[in-house]
Amino acid sequence: MSEVIQLEGLSKSYDRFELRDITVGIKEGYITGLIGPNGAGKTSLIQMIMGMVYPDQGEIQLFGQNHLLHQAAIKDRIGYVSDENIYYERLTVNQMKRIIAPFYSRWNEDIYQKYQERFKLPQDKKIKDLSKGMKIKFSLAIALSHDADLLIMDEPTSGLDPIFRRELLELLSEHIQDEKKSILFSTHNTMDLDRIADYIVFINDGRLVFNEMKESLTEKYLLVKGGRELLDRDVRRWFIGIRETAVGFEGLIGNRAEGERYFKDTAICEIPTLEEIMYFTVKGSEAHA
Amino acid sequence: MNILISSTSGEPIYAQIAGQVRQLILQGELVTGMPLPSIRQLAKELQISVITTKRAYEELEREGLINSIVGKGSFVSGADQEFIREQRLRIMEGKLKELIDESRLLGMEYKELAEMLKLLYEEEKE
Repeated sequence: MSEVIQLEGLSKSYDRFELRDITVGIKEGYITGLIGPNGAGKTSLIQMIMGMVYPDQGEIQLFGQNHLLHQAAIKDRIGYVSDENIYYERLTVNQMKRIIAPFYSRWNEDIYQKYQERFKLPQDKKIKDLSKGMKIKFSLAIALSHDADLLIMDEPTSGLDPIFRRELLELLSEHIQDEKKSILFSTHNTMDLDRIADYIVFINDGRLVFNEMKESLTEKYLLVKGGRELLDRDVRRWFIGIRETAVGFEGLIGNRAEGERYFKDTAICEIPTLEEIMYFTVKGSEAHA
Repeated sequence: MNILISSTSGEPIYAQIAGQVRQLILQGELVTGMPLPSIRQLAKELQISVITTKRAYEELEREGLINSIVGKGSFVSGADQEFIREQRLRIMEGKLKELIDESRLLGMEYKELAEMLKLLYEEEKE
């Protein structure tokens, strides 16, 4: 299976933050979710992939090509949606669209018109007067209208109501019906990804925690809930992260089979959601730091 | 064809899909040669990941219930009801063997095991 994005040993230092040695491959034909808490480096990573920020070290390949040497050709094939406004505020939706469209060799005006209608985009409104949700919809309409092979979305759902969020997820699965198209989608709202994502890339504090098939995560991790008397020093060591309260504990174990064998009669064993995996991993890494 | 996914049942989604398609085939609602929705199509309809659906189809293929042809999609296989029953029985045998092993570990006699099975069977019926 080929990889649409390849990051090799990517590092970058900022004032108070550092991305360290990120090596990750994003699979062609699938939806990959990029998760991590605020400040984990999701946006920095995406900005590097987009060529908006340069890494101090490491290499980025998109569609198997160096992303800086073939920048124009590569960007032609990428649809980019950001939670930040990347357009000229003073222009109207329609004016902005007319500026952007000619940059894309495969721009399809009919498709754009279709989305404009579907999203109820107000053509003559200035971009600065759009609501946050409407700005994202505009960005999405642009990204979906030039037959992009790769959609890169930075927190696209953060300003959207639950109804449009669902609709967006539907649009995404529609987009990958053609087995060649891929999506990279960053979010801290993991509920969106619990269902539709095929792969999950998890970064925390500038480092890669894992890049896994979502299907296999549920077989790897186990959420245990039980009484605190079960926790002695050896047992504690199995946990990636534990949350203890006055009335018990819940914790995440990285070896499902072993955890189940040990706890199945004494505690509640559940399949963790992505949010729980993220929460306990971050919590655990803070405790060990 | 209806496939309904529960997100609270605790059963993995791929197993729910495989189970329901299997059921439909056993009941004769899906018959030999009938096309199934493509993996990506079904993933889209159910709003789940492509890999989850793929896994369900792979399981059904392994059981010989469906065939997948590259570029054409997946179809209910030519297996007749008898064959399917055989398959299911073999799976059941495997599970029963596991049970027997487990009961031996606990030092149970056959009679006790049979008694337990009978009890549970009756309970389920109610």
